[in-house]
Amino acid sequence: MIKNRLGNLAYQLVALLLAFGVVSLILISVDASPSEAYKNIFKGSFGEMRKFAEVLVAFVPLLLVTAGLLVTFSSGLWNIGVEGQVVLGAIATTWVYRLLLESGLPPVAIITLAILGGMVGGAIWAALAGILKVFGGVNEIFGGLGLNFVATALTIYLIFGPWKRPGVASMSGTVPFPDEFSLPLWAGLRISPWALVIALAGVVFVYFLLQGTYFGLRLKAVGKNFRAAYLLGIPTWQYSMYSFLICGALAGAAGAVQVAAVYHRLIPSISSGYGYLGLMVAMLINYQALWAVPVALFFAALNIGSIQLPIIMKLDSSLSGVLQGVLVLFVLLAAGVRQKFGRKS
Amino acid sequence: MRKNLARLAMFALALMLVLSACGGGQPAAEEPAAEQPAAEQPAEPFVFGMLLVGPYNDNGWSQAHYEAGLYVEEKFGAKMIYLDKVNPADRPGTTPDQLAEELVAQGAKLVIFNSDDMKDASTTFAKAHPDVYVIMASGDQVWEDGKVYEEIPNLTNIMGRMEYGKMIGGCAAALSTETGKIGYLGPLINDETRRLAASAYLGARHCWEQAGNDPAALEFKVTWIGFWFHIPGFTTDPVDVSKDFYSTGFDVVISGIDNPVNLAEAQKFTAEGTPSYGVAYDYVAACSAAPDVCLGVPYYNWGPDYLAAIQSAANGSWESQFIFNGPDWADINNHDTSAIGFVKGDALSADAAAALDAFIADLAGGLNLWTGPINLQDGTAYLADGEEATDQQVWYLPQLLEGMQGLSASE
Repeated sequence: MIKNRLGNLAYQLVALLLAFGVVSLILISVDASPSEAYKNIFKGSFGEMRKFAEVLVAFVPLLLVTAGLLVTFSSGLWNIGVEGQVVLGAIATTWVYRLLLESGLPPVAIITLAILGGMVGGAIWAALAGILKVFGGVNEIFGGLGLNFVATALTIYLIFGPWKRPGVASMSGTVPFPDEFSLPLWAGLRISPWALVIALAGVVFVYFLLQGTYFGLRLKAVGKNFRAAYLLGIPTWQYSMYSFLICGALAGAAGAVQVAAVYHRLIPSISSGYGYLGLMVAMLINYQALWAVPVALFFAALNIGSIQLPIIMKLDSSLSGVLQGVLVLFVLLAAGVRQKFGRKS
Repeated sequence: MRKNLARLAMFALALMLVLSACGGGQPAAEEPAAEQPAAEQPAEPFVFGMLLVGPYNDNGWSQAHYEAGLYVEEKFGAKMIYLDKVNPADRPGTTPDQLAEELVAQGAKLVIFNSDDMKDASTTFAKAHPDVYVIMASGDQVWEDGKVYEEIPNLTNIMGRMEYGKMIGGCAAALSTETGKIGYLGPLINDETRRLAASAYLGARHCWEQAGNDPAALEFKVTWIGFWFHIPGFTTDPVDVSKDFYSTGFDVVISGIDNPVNLAEAQKFTAEGTPSYGVAYDYVAACSAAPDVCLGVPYYNWGPDYLAAIQSAANGSWESQFIFNGPDWADINNHDTSAIGFVKGDALSADAAAALDAFIADLAGGLNLWTGPINLQDGTAYLADGEEATDQQVWYLPQLLEGMQGLSASE
């Protein structure tokens, strides 16, 4: 078992090196120095407290999404719709804000309700994908993808329609909320400790759910073999729905944090692609909740650190996306190669 | 066999890795040599940063700002650092105030926010960093007579009086249309875009009537895409909008967005036998996208105002101001003095060019098209007979004008 783990780690390390190798080749092909690029990414993400705080701003929604996806992955579901669930979380949060801003309730209550509202919104959107899957026989990949487009369309409709700024029709988003309705930030930084707490609570919850509960065991049973789980008396479709709901709620929390702590309003690209990025993280860590924290942090650091590339080196910052994508590909490839080798020897 | 192949592949990739690590050193070693000339300059140059909403080479709005930055570098020996594509679609998960801090971390003592989309963020940033100078282009936060005035000592607003440029562009369109139908490719809807579309209409109507045409026969239609440029999945595609215009009898389309995508469409329609024209926007050389069908381009020349503001920041005479400069009527294309200019395009006929010059001369002589009677789109009175609009009335135009088709606000 331990040998197995070590072997696994070795393969992943090789995959990591190969990914960096490919990106280095790309850099060399445009006459840029890979070492300087990596140095700038590193300094841009961990070089000072302020930058690390920005990394955490990206880390929070990414970790929440990843935690949620661990649940749906465990039950054997490819919840591509997670991106839309983030969006719906943001929409629901904005909606609760709009309802309550004038209500006279204390800001703490409004912020709390808004975030809970976001979780409910994300869960409802995930439930739609689940209903399509369970009762409609629509594969969750297609259902989720469709719902992602609907979520974006809904955002745009709201921003240009009922929630528009007076006299304005612009992608810039809705009117920002007053500062006191924002999740409190660490002084001088843009990260809210509360957002961090929510994200860590989310991943701890998922860890214990999957490792330490009977519920988690059944969920995994459903994921490993749907038919066998059914024959053993596990209410399979209910468990599929539960996993959708849990993932949706966590993704909704990610959207809620985007509104309540980062943008303070609804913007068209409110999800910032964290849903899709979370899918990559979840694929990389292969069901292991413990790895969610470091890998999500690594991906967030790449996103933030790569902003230095266009500023300092006149390189496109989408290079970080290339690195992330190549990394996932190589890790999957390494797993495949390993399986083949395993069988032969 | 398979094992060997896999080993070979591994070896090849490992080799690439090693090569990349070796290759890495070379460009880095060359760099100091390339930077030496800069180091020879006397004093340490003043560093300013610029956040561009679109690509720095968009042939439009952002490029006009970028080249103004180069102008300041050249005239003042200052050094520019910039970040382009600063919008939530291109840089997900970031905010402009956060990105401005990255420029400050690289040494910028002044940061230019170049888009209306960054207005709130520029306020946030300026208040959080009172020691950094901020130029918010196209904004009105520190306009004392404006609607949203705030005292922010380290922030200055700069905007050109593009109303004049748009009038000239509208005039060129009216002088060239065969069908009497002019399309306006609008970005998002706000005060700025309403007043500029309206200015183009006023210029078009004036020149249409001056040429002896029936005012009722002029059609002027605005279609908005939802942002300053196309963001797939989020905005309407301006190429489609242009196509719709040209295929429904609108033979001139005026660009009001950050780039002249209408020109390429005009070129296609012309090649297919439907003579079509476009008016570009923002950037002095924008007609180069398709010179044969370009009637001209009203453009911003941010250089002189940026130079003055950046010099004042560097030498300690900075003042928070609202700068709203128009063309230098002595020579609207003087790059050192005129905030707004107009370059005629190859597609403009000799007669039309002469009439356009006469119109520019009239404007220089004091002709004010923002003079009543003018009604708003819904028919309510905007300017009484003979009444001239104030800057506030123009800046905060609440609707399109009577006679224009298109949405005044979001539905």
